[in-house]
Amino acid sequence: MTAGSLRRHGLGLVGLSLAGLALAAAVLAPWVAPHDPAASDFAVSLKPPGTPGHPFGTDQLGRDLFSRVLHGARIALFIGICTVLVTAVVGGLLGLLAGFFGGWPGAAVMRLADVQLSFPFILLALTINAIVGLGLRNIILSLSAAGWVVYARVVRGEVLSVKQREFVQAAAALGMGRGRVLFRHVLPNVAPSIVIVASLQFSQFIVAEAAISFLGFGVQPPTPAWGSMLSESRDFLYVAWWLAAFPGAALAATALGINLLGDWLRDLLDPKLRV
Amino acid sequence: MRAFVLSRLAQTALVVFLALTAVFFLVRLGGDPVLLFLPMDIQAKDVNEYRERLGFNDPLPVQYARFMGGALRGDFGESLRYKRDALALVLERLPATLSLAGAALALTFCLAVPVGVLSATRRGSLLDYLGMGGAVLGQAVPGFWLGLMLIYVFSVQLGWLPTGGTGGFLHYVMPCIVLASFYAARMARLTRSSMLEILGEEYILTARAKGLAERLVIAKHALRNSAIPIVTLAGLETGQLLGGAVITETIFAWPGVGRLTVQALLNRDFPVVLAAVFVVSVTYTLINLLVDLGYGWLDPRTRAEAAR
Repeated sequence: MTAGSLRRHGLGLVGLSLAGLALAAAVLAPWVAPHDPAASDFAVSLKPPGTPGHPFGTDQLGRDLFSRVLHGARIALFIGICTVLVTAVVGGLLGLLAGFFGGWPGAAVMRLADVQLSFPFILLALTINAIVGLGLRNIILSLSAAGWVVYARVVRGEVLSVKQREFVQAAAALGMGRGRVLFRHVLPNVAPSIVIVASLQFSQFIVAEAAISFLGFGVQPPTPAWGSMLSESRDFLYVAWWLAAFPGAALAATALGINLLGDWLRDLLDPKLRV
Repeated sequence: MRAFVLSRLAQTALVVFLALTAVFFLVRLGGDPVLLFLPMDIQAKDVNEYRERLGFNDPLPVQYARFMGGALRGDFGESLRYKRDALALVLERLPATLSLAGAALALTFCLAVPVGVLSATRRGSLLDYLGMGGAVLGQAVPGFWLGLMLIYVFSVQLGWLPTGGTGGFLHYVMPCIVLASFYAARMARLTRSSMLEILGEEYILTARAKGLAERLVIAKHALRNSAIPIVTLAGLETGQLLGGAVITETIFAWPGVGRLTVQALLNRDFPVVLAAVFVVSVTYTLINLLVDLGYGWLDPRTRAEAAR
């Protein structure tokens, strides 16, 4: 194993363990967390990390920060996974159809994508979220509405080139139906791009959700989402640094893990694509 | 060239028009801002009068036509909260946002390009590992958390920097770092990979073979040829900086468009939201136009394409 491949795979394994840790926290939170994340106990409010029974300390209501951070992983990954699935299916399908059939509906979809891309992603998701309303379902909806564009763009471009390839032309010449050609021959060839875009978008969605919740939209307290926990921590920054430190570190570690995993995946799937 | 600029400007107008239309209808679907804005103990009669005065009782197409007519003249109505012209309110916050974004962009370039170039030319060295490690971290650490931690260390603990607001140079330090961290990380990685690709080209070998100093090979041949993707990313990032400003401005109480937009969204002050959408989308598309024109200077081949 050369130094380069060690570096590549080494970082990939770091990513895998960080992302695995986040996933484990998300799945096991109800069983592993020592306390109910919503249970307040004013006798132990704002205790620093290391207090017996509260490894990460407690917040202003005496809730156990460690339990809240674990449950936060559940919310972050749930929102991230749902959004990636929705955008991959909707954006991928639109890109597939726009690329394969073309015509004015395809042109209209791509025009819409251009318009969306001429607006910063986070501001778009934030505006949509402020208008459609708060809560878990609406944040997934807002992020999806802002995020499908990238898939549509990438997939359409790929379809346009795959469509010209000989095996696709041959399948059509042999009398295969257009729908069958699309799903049997074109889709499998653009699938790696969809996976790559999904891996790029995943951590972006998780961080965007936290940012939107941080600004006071999205997921609301007392739900233990990392973003809303960070938002609440601002009022206590002078007296309780741990309220800001731990949820943010969990968010950063999760994003880092997913990014490294995504880089690795991209290396393995498509050595030509970099950055 | 002129035809190219004109067609791009027409495209910009279309984008702005569609963005405003989308937000207008979303806002109207989102419920009745009048109810949210008026005091709780108000009479139903007064609500109706207020709604009539703001024109919310007219059919949707009439409202839309009136809104677009106003928008064409730069009139987005009065802010429901500040009782002042919404567009003027947004425009007077624009310089603060642009100066922050400009400073952050400068910091991004000053950090990312040297790190990327050095990592590429000294591939596999400790410097390369440190630079790229920093970049991977910078991409993962969320700006708003970095901001909170910087405030804790440099304002709360050390007392070196102000926690927020505007004033002198010191007020720029933390917002710039927060805004630049993510973009600098991405740009450093792109600079590195783009440089590596160019350094493998044959004309680099030629330049070296003719005895050109390595410094000149890097600066004149390699860097200039890898500039195109870097400039493309810089253009995209400048636009995204306007989005990132929303969060940074809120953390550091920076009186810019981003913070105004967040407050307007929280207060459901829709004339201000629409004016902000207008200003942001115009700024964003104009920046991208400037970037496209910048290609012509960097890569003469695109001039011919643009002229056609």
